[in-house]
Amino acid sequence: MENFELVILLLDATLRTSTPLILAALAGMFSERSGTINLALEGMMLGGAFAAAAVAYYAGSPWVGLLAAIAATIALSLLHGFACITHKGNQVVSGMAINILMSGFTALVGIALFAQGGKTPALDKASRFQPITLPGAEAVRDVPILGPIYFELLSGHNILVYIAFFAVPAAWWVMYRTRFGLRLRAVGENPGAVDTAGISVVLMRYRAVVCSGVLVGMSGAYLSTAQGASFLQDMTAGKGYIALAAMVFGKWRPFPALFACLLFGFLDAAATRLQGVILPGIGEVPVQLVQALPYVLTVILLAGFIGRATPPKALGRAYVKER
Amino acid sequence: MSNVVQLPRWIDVGVLPLLNLLLALVVSALLVLAIGENPVEVVEILLYGAFGYDEAWGYTLYYTTNFVFTGLSFAVAFHCGLFNIGAEGQAYVGGLGVTLAALYLDFLPFPLMLVVGMMAAAIFGAAWAYIPAYLQARRGSHIVITTIMFNFIASSLMVYLLVNVLRPQGSMTPESEQIAEHLRLPFIHDMAAAFGIDMASSPLNLSFVYAIAASILVWMFIWHTRWGYAIRTVGANAVAATYGGIDPGRYIIIAMMISGALASFMALNEVMGVQHRLLIDFTAGYGFVGIAVALMGRNHPFGIFLAALLFGMLYQGGAELSFEIPTISNDMVVVIQGLVILFTGAMEHMFRPRVTKIYTAWRLRRDRMEAA
Repeated sequence: MENFELVILLLDATLRTSTPLILAALAGMFSERSGTINLALEGMMLGGAFAAAAVAYYAGSPWVGLLAAIAATIALSLLHGFACITHKGNQVVSGMAINILMSGFTALVGIALFAQGGKTPALDKASRFQPITLPGAEAVRDVPILGPIYFELLSGHNILVYIAFFAVPAAWWVMYRTRFGLRLRAVGENPGAVDTAGISVVLMRYRAVVCSGVLVGMSGAYLSTAQGASFLQDMTAGKGYIALAAMVFGKWRPFPALFACLLFGFLDAAATRLQGVILPGIGEVPVQLVQALPYVLTVILLAGFIGRATPPKALGRAYVKER
Repeated sequence: MSNVVQLPRWIDVGVLPLLNLLLALVVSALLVLAIGENPVEVVEILLYGAFGYDEAWGYTLYYTTNFVFTGLSFAVAFHCGLFNIGAEGQAYVGGLGVTLAALYLDFLPFPLMLVVGMMAAAIFGAAWAYIPAYLQARRGSHIVITTIMFNFIASSLMVYLLVNVLRPQGSMTPESEQIAEHLRLPFIHDMAAAFGIDMASSPLNLSFVYAIAASILVWMFIWHTRWGYAIRTVGANAVAATYGGIDPGRYIIIAMMISGALASFMALNEVMGVQHRLLIDFTAGYGFVGIAVALMGRNHPFGIFLAALLFGMLYQGGAELSFEIPTISNDMVVVIQGLVILFTGAMEHMFRPRVTKIYTAWRLRRDRMEAA
C-alpha cells in the first residue's frame, strides 16, 4: 500500500513536471513542421515566464499574466520569423540569439523594475493559477485504489495542466484533420508545391510560428504563475531544450511527443525523489545519471538505434521563390 | 538573385558587420533609455571599466583569451558547414583533462606539464566532440541537436565527477583539489616583473600568448593546408567535395575534433591559469559567446581576435557597470551579446540588399564621371 501511494505521488509529480514540456514540445512541433527550426523555445519560455509573473503581479490576475506571456512569446516568434522567414537568416543562430537575449533581458528588466536581484515579487494566491478539485474528488477519496488515483493523480492540478493535456489531441486534430494543418505540414516538406498551389509559403510559416508562440507562452506562464509563485532568473534551466529533445524523440508528432514529455517528466520527478536515496543492492543512485538520461536517450534515437527520426524535409531552409 | 554586383571585400567584412554591430548597440542604448538611465554615461563607464586603469586592461585581455578560443572553435567547425553549439560542453570536459593531468602527473616539471596539459585538454575536448561528429558524419544525426544534448550530458557528468570523485575528502564544496603551485601558468604581471616592468596584477596569464599563437595556427591551417582546403570545400559544397575525391564524413569528424580541442584550450586559461582547480560550470557561457565572436569576426582569426576583444571589453566593463549604476546589472552585457548574435548572425542579410543598391548606384555614377 505504501508503495502504491509512492507511485501515485511520483506520477502526480510527473504530470506537473511534464506540463511545461508538453506545451513547449507542441510549440516546437508547429514551428518545425512548417520548416522553421525553433531552438528559441528556451528563451521564449523564459520571456513568457517573466511577462506572466510581472504582469500578474501588477494586474492581480493570472489570466492577464497568461495573456501577457502569450503576447510576449508571439512577439518573440515574430522576431524569429522576421529573421528566418523574411530575411532568410540562419535559423539556428536566430534561435540561439533569442535564448541569450532573453536570458539577459529578463534579468535586466527584472532588476530595473523590481530591484530584487532579477526576481519578480512573490505572487499572492489571487494572482496565481490555483489547483482545481474535480467534481466528486472529495467523495471518492476513500475508495481504495481508484480513490487515490482520481483524487491525488487526476484532480487537484491547475488549469494549465489540463490545458496542456487537452492541447495534445487538439494539436493532432489541427495538424492532421484540418486544411490549415495539411498546408502547414506541406510547407515544411515541399514548399515549392505549396507555392505552386497558390498559397503563400511565407504567410503559412508565419502562422505556424505564431501558433508556436501561443503554446510556448503558456508553458512559460505555467512556470512562474502556476508551478512557482514568481519569476526567478534563468528559471527555465534547460526545460526548453528538454522540450526540444522530447519533440525530436517524439519524431515531430503530437502523441509520441506527449509520451516523450511524460517520460522525461517522470525522470525529472524521479531524480528529485531519488536524491540521496540508497536503494538496496544498487547503492546510492547517481541522480546526475537520471538527469542526463533524456539527453542520452535523444542522442541514441537520433543515431538511429531506436527507430528512425526523420525531420521535415524542408526544415532549416528558407524558401526562395524563382531561382 | 538578379543582383550581379559583388560587394568588394572591405564592405563585406568591414562595413556590413559594423552596421549590424551599430544596430545592436543602438537597440541596447534604447533599452538603457527605457530603463531611465543615460546611454552615454553607460558607454563611458563601460570604456573606463575596460581600459581606464592598468588592472582593467589585464582583466579585459583575460576574458578576451577565453573568447578567442571559443570563437576559433566555432569558426573551424563553421568552415566545414557545421554548427558546433557544443563548445561549452567540450571546454568543460577539456577542463577535466587538464585537471586530471595536473593532479595525477604533478611530478612533471612545468615546461613538460605545459605540453601535457595542452594535450590533455585537446584530447578530452576532441573526444567529446567526436561522438556528435561521428553521428553526423556516418549516421546523419543533426549536429546542432546532438551538441546541445552533449552540453547537458557533460554538465551532468561533471557534476557527478566533482561531487563524487574529484572532491577532496572532508570538503563540502564540489570542486577539485588545487593543482600544485609549480604547474600553474605564470601571470603576465609576474613575467613582466621578471623583466623589471611594473604591471598591475590581473588574471591575465601565459595562455593569452597561446591564444594569439592558436589564432595564427588556425589561419594557416584553414587557408594554407590540405586539410583546411578539404574542410572549406566540404563546407562550401559537400556534393562537389565528394566528386573531387574528398570524403565529407572524414573532414566533418576532423573539423569537429579540432573545434572541440580549440574550445577546450579555454580550460588552460581558467584551470591552469586562474582558478587553479576545477570548478562547477567554470565555462560560464563562454562557449555560447564564441558563436557571437566568430560570427562578428566573419570566421577569420583576425576578425575573431577583434570581436573577442570587444566582448572582453564588454565583460570587464559590464562588471564595472553594475557597481556604478545599480539599476543596470551586468546582464546588460548578456543582452548586448544576444543582440549582436541576432543582428550580425541571424539578420546579416537585412542590410545587404540596401548596401548593394547604394554601392551599385555609387559605382555607376563614378564610372559615368570617369567616362565623361
